[in-house]
Amino acid sequence: MTDTQTASTVAPEAPAPAREAAPGVVHGLYTEGEPIADTKAPKGPIEARWNKRKFDAALVNPANRRKLTVIIVGTGLAGGAAAATLGEAGYNVKSFCYQDSPRRAHSIAAQGGINAAKNYKEDGDSTFRLFYDTVKGGDYRSRESNVYRLAEVSANIIDQCVAQGVPFAREYGGLLDNRSFGGVQVSRTFYARGQTGQQLLIGAYQALERQVAAGTVEMFSRHEMLEVVVADGKARGIIARDLVTGEIETHLADAVVLASGGYGNVFFLSTNAMGSNVTATWRAHRKGAHFANPCYTQIHPTCIPVAGEHQSKLTLMSESLRNDGRIWVPKNAADCEKDPREIPEEDRDYYLERIYPSFGNLVPRDIASRQAKNVCDEGRGVGPKVGDFRRGVYLDFTDALKRMSAEAVAEKYGNLLDMYQRITGENPYEVPMRIYPAVHYTMGGLWVDYDLQSSIPGLFVSGEANFSDHGANRLGASALMQGLADGYFVLPNTIRDYLAKGPFPKLEESNEAVVEARASVDARVQKLLSINGDRSVDSFHKELGNIMWEYCGMERSEEGLLKAIDLIRGLRDEFWRNVKVLGSADTLNQSLEKAGRVADFLELGELMCIDALHRRESCGGHFRAESQTEDGEALRHDDEYAYVAAWEWGGQDGAPILHKEDLVYEFVEMKQRSYK
Amino acid sequence: MNLTLKIWRQAGPQAKGEMVTYPVSDISEDMSFLEMLDVLNEQLNARGEEPIAFDSDCREGICGMCGLMISGKAHGPEVTTTCQLHMRSFSDGDEITIEPWRADAFPVIKDLVVDRSSFDRIIQAGGFISANTGSAPEAHSVPVPKPKADRAFMAAACIGCGACVAACPNASGMLFMGAKITHLGELPQGQPERDARVVSMVSQHDHEGFGGCTNVGACSSACPKEIPLDVINQLNKDLRGALMRGE
Ligand SMILES: Cc1cc2nc3c(=O)[nH]c(=O)nc-3n(C[C@H](O)[C@H](O)[C@H](O)COP(=O)(O)OP(=O)(O)OC[C@H]3O[C@@H](n4cnc5c(N)ncnc54)[C@H](O)[C@@H]3O)c2cc1C
Ligand code: SF4
Ligand code: FES
Repeated sequence: MTDTQTASTVAPEAPAPAREAAPGVVHGLYTEGEPIADTKAPKGPIEARWNKRKFDAALVNPANRRKLTVIIVGTGLAGGAAAATLGEAGYNVKSFCYQDSPRRAHSIAAQGGINAAKNYKEDGDSTFRLFYDTVKGGDYRSRESNVYRLAEVSANIIDQCVAQGVPFAREYGGLLDNRSFGGVQVSRTFYARGQTGQQLLIGAYQALERQVAAGTVEMFSRHEMLEVVVADGKARGIIARDLVTGEIETHLADAVVLASGGYGNVFFLSTNAMGSNVTATWRAHRKGAHFANPCYTQIHPTCIPVAGEHQSKLTLMSESLRNDGRIWVPKNAADCEKDPREIPEEDRDYYLERIYPSFGNLVPRDIASRQAKNVCDEGRGVGPKVGDFRRGVYLDFTDALKRMSAEAVAEKYGNLLDMYQRITGENPYEVPMRIYPAVHYTMGGLWVDYDLQSSIPGLFVSGEANFSDHGANRLGASALMQGLADGYFVLPNTIRDYLAKGPFPKLEESNEAVVEARASVDARVQKLLSINGDRSVDSFHKELGNIMWEYCGMERSEEGLLKAIDLIRGLRDEFWRNVKVLGSADTLNQSLEKAGRVADFLELGELMCIDALHRRESCGGHFRAESQTEDGEALRHDDEYAYVAAWEWGGQDGAPILHKEDLVYEFVEMKQRSYK
Repeated sequence: MNLTLKIWRQAGPQAKGEMVTYPVSDISEDMSFLEMLDVLNEQLNARGEEPIAFDSDCREGICGMCGLMISGKAHGPEVTTTCQLHMRSFSDGDEITIEPWRADAFPVIKDLVVDRSSFDRIIQAGGFISANTGSAPEAHSVPVPKPKADRAFMAAACIGCGACVAACPNASGMLFMGAKITHLGELPQGQPERDARVVSMVSQHDHEGFGGCTNVGACSSACPKEIPLDVINQLNKDLRGALMRGE
């Protein structure tokens, strides 16, 4: 057992509720440990909690800040904003990213926008409504305190970004414009054409570089974190590989923040960047950080369909397109090969508008994705056949072009439509686009308390890498909000409560924990280079991705998940016997980088399946075939599953240990979601 | 389609490089250029030859990580990034040369990978607005006229890829820098530091070993985000003004 069982966040006194043995336990796939609880969120009125926590969190005297070192892995919105802010406050920050520049973190690719409860449109928006929408959108599987705080600081984010020079879209009067996004009925999304993530990240990046110039932040680009150093039960540093020289380096600190993004690339094909990985969080998991709700993945409804075997990644078409585009398939399978422009109105099935008249094309992502899969499974998909089915539905701008003019459409969506044309060779101003769901975002991540501290003291986790705010499904434009909320406003205020106990005694490089961490990194690198088998890293990654997509994708069943677990174990075994990684450890070696990432995905994939297997309900992005209503909608079981599943690493040959954190709803009433 | 690729191979920063010829076959026109290189790399790996190192991350044309000289053109024949270039832009039988960005300020690390950290240092020199977290006024307290906001946005679209430098016969970074000067200079929030910013960034640019601008215009033609040349005029104007005001 790891040292985390003694962490302050575990509340051993609470008795485990009696539940019947679940199949995962029956199959020996996991065991159940003590329940867990968030001990940091204050009680009382929800709107007072964040202020109270900020007040109660200890302060660090400005003169002491320079003596405190914080490592931040990741320079996306979550990590970049935190590094800049902690640097401004005077802490000594070391910032890491695997790209050649912090400006390239995957946040850059976010298109559609960022939510904030500014109520500039006077359409009835408020902090409470944003909170309510996010809890509901997450299918009642997130923590109320966290989500309320997110909604509360959302307005400050917009102020901060505008002050940095983020060029948000504006109206003719010079004020900020808003658009609406899936799952809500107000307009609260701020945007910069289809490049919102880029503009927000450049804002954070510039603030970060300003601190680099000021000497408070030291930047380590082209560095990959491969291990966390845990000494005396506290996170005290990381082991990183300089990707250019291959050197394995030790970096020690008083606290470590992981802002390393999501793990969607476990599916091989996803909308994530090629290098997005789980290594940072998975290595921390193996050292004692609980991994929460790993099976909650978001499959985004509007992506460009797979074109062939060679495909290396999938491209998202922002869901903002659903504001003006209409989604349909032919009513009759016989029409699926026809030119869509020749299919008359009465032979088209605008299925989202038909099934969900009040939200129509703007239903949440999980619902839009599943319905696309359903119509394709019925044989009404369009585009080329992939296997036995056509996997595509139309996203049609014809009506919008009539209503708004081509210029107005281009002004709003120009770069997206151009990108579509570049990738597919088809002109979306003339022919309806074809789209299909793709893996996009992971709601699961390392378990954190209200302070964003993991179950390893001194290890904090922010942005997509943690599990905290989106429950079982994330609403559009809420990840950017969370990344910046965590980075600019939450983490800098909560981490000081921990840092106030420091500086901690200096750790020597000869310390047992440091030596062990370094040795394990060295050994792994050597092992990967010495196997010299027959199969490339990519071939393993693709096979893993196929297993995950088939059995742990849009629909999951007990039978399929059990099969997937078997397949993954076999594949992992083969990987360590038969992978072929050429080149050496002491230069830039991209195959070696990929191999390490895939090795970790091969472990994570199994945990995702175990988590999906144990959760015998459907909620948000997690759809269990066995748990649906008569008309095929997701069916939750709040009496049994209204908890966060926080998994503890059970050792290389042991089974993971499940800790449940019960979710209590005091301010929002739990209902079955309805968007009809 | 079948193609002949001539690719720059260089084992390390100090190593001598050379062009190596690789034939590739059965390339589909739906592949992206980088997917075509993925296919080649899988074949090299199977034969026991070390795969070709090249940079890419988002493969959506937005992170700025990718960038190759393709038959002498930065990012290849279309106005887009290397990752968004598709094989339908080529024909069966084509010979394609693939090289890294070449500029003193972008030294080669390995094969097609270069070090662009000089761009980060130019931003460190002043490519920001100083606004500490928490110090911001309410966003609507300062309206920004739409034309100015739009021009700022246009310039802010730069992805920092370095194609402008690679395309320029002088290896100048003026388009990249002009884009940042224009982005921040158009906004009311960017005014207080405007003079200091341009002077400091230009000095860092020269210090990094980028060349001067002689109005060739190759940068803007190669730019995947179509940053116009007038951002360089803006930069020069701002610089003259700042120097006159004694910055
Ligand atoms: C195509 C696309 C479009 C999107 N559009 C939207 C949108 O419109 N609105 C919205 O709200 N959300 C959107 N999202 C989601 C959102 O962009 C992300 O969830 C969010 O940006 C994640 O930010 P982050 O800071 O947590 O991580 P990231 O931005 O992913 O940053 C991760 C950082 O960690 C570093 N890193 C990772 N592993 C290591 C390691 N082992 N060692 C060292 N460094 C490491 C990386 O270098 C990088 O700097 C979109 C996502 C995608 C993929
Ligand atoms: S100005 Fe254009 S070519 Fe130059 S770095 Fe920016 S995006 Fe790339
Ligand atoms: S890989 Fe990101 S722009 Fe090409």
